[in-house]
Amino acid sequence: MSAVEKISVRIRVNGEAREAEVEPRTLLVDFLRENLNLTGTHIGCDTTYCGACTVLLNGRTVKSCTLFAPMADGGEIMTVEGLSTDGALHPVQHAFAECHGLQCGYCTPGLLLSTVHLLSKNAQPSEQQIRKAIAGNTCRCTGYQNILKSIRLAASEMEKR
Amino acid sequence: MYSHPFSYHRAKSLAEASKLLQELGEEPRVLAGGQSLIPLMKMRMARPSALVDINFIPGLSGIQSHNGELRVGALARHTDIEMSEAVAAIPILHDCAAGIADVQVRNQGTIGGSLAEADPSGDWGAALLTLDTSVTCVGPQGERAIKLEDFIKDAFTNVLAHDELVREIAIKKPARNSGGAYLAFKRCASVYATASAAVQLTVEGKDICKDIRVVLGCVGLMAIRAKRAEEELRGKKIDGKAIQRAAEAAREAAEPQSDMRGSADYKRALVAALVKRAIGIAARRARGERVEAGHEYVGR
Repeated sequence: MSAVEKISVRIRVNGEAREAEVEPRTLLVDFLRENLNLTGTHIGCDTTYCGACTVLLNGRTVKSCTLFAPMADGGEIMTVEGLSTDGALHPVQHAFAECHGLQCGYCTPGLLLSTVHLLSKNAQPSEQQIRKAIAGNTCRCTGYQNILKSIRLAASEMEKR
Repeated sequence: MYSHPFSYHRAKSLAEASKLLQELGEEPRVLAGGQSLIPLMKMRMARPSALVDINFIPGLSGIQSHNGELRVGALARHTDIEMSEAVAAIPILHDCAAGIADVQVRNQGTIGGSLAEADPSGDWGAALLTLDTSVTCVGPQGERAIKLEDFIKDAFTNVLAHDELVREIAIKKPARNSGGAYLAFKRCASVYATASAAVQLTVEGKDICKDIRVVLGCVGLMAIRAKRAEEELRGKKIDGKAIQRAAEAAREAAEPQSDMRGSADYKRALVAALVKRAIGIAARRARGERVEAGHEYVGR
């Protein structure tokens, strides 16, 4: 290849219009981390397995290591940085803190967004529905029990609002 | 991980996509949901010189019932199919859609991409071969409908010309007294199944099997239609012994290879067990019972 082709990608990220010129092979997760300096979204396995890179694209969770950034052009993204408002934690973040739903924290941004997605579709999920909803997020510390507790607490707290 | 560099082309219509594929020569690939292609490109097992992105083409993700057919747009995401009311009437399709990989992959991956990829471990091929399914394709000469059994030629190989694309999947709705089930066993959510079994059968009277199709997934270079297993039941009473004979025939029809997911012997045993259970569930559903089924993995 001669000169590296770059194309313009425009995405609304956490409510703000963002734009960058990138090589088409730029992964969405690298666009967020390297071009926009939003390093809350993590790269874990980089092979579509672990879910650490989970973000919301147009309201649905995707693994941002498995999209080229141009595929999200014109779309809306929410990352972990967009969850809190004016310094106040999102109820899902609060529940994870309350129930010790994290240890090293590496998988947490992805799990938070999977939980936000689940509760946006199903406010009172069953135990089985919760397990299925986070099956694409791997945690190597907690053994998941406190994550399940966190999600149950988040569901009941958000229901009260 | 970064893929090999490629030039990126965004098509606004299927006609434009076909034209781009023609102009870009033999090396471009179509980019749909990307959930198979992008991992392969990141591992450099696929190195297309150009990608034609069809995600921005409008009108390709609808799911409609029409004239006894279910028509699913090539870009319908697995999640769209899982949530569709029209699909709920054909339980085997819901079984399949609701358990492919994990939520994130289902939100992005497409049925058209999955079929065109023709991965021997893919879910849709096995499930859809139990029904009368055709793939509507678009190329420079216009449209043609290809029966699914003719569409997949070999592992990772379909019959599309290099400038042809999938537009729609048309599935004939099974009769009211017909029921099906798709069971797939996985080590965990995000991986391909170790083995899968798809069964669609029609019941006559109380327990006579009028017709049946049995398809095995992940245990050969393509999904395998287990015709001898079908013969054990077609026109016969559905009882424990006949089901057992069908399961044994399915075990013999499988052509598994030993790999990281299990030994060939283990996969044969697994496929027999899955077929046995899938027949039971399909028969109960054919009689109108509601039964949960689908992918199974630890923690579920």
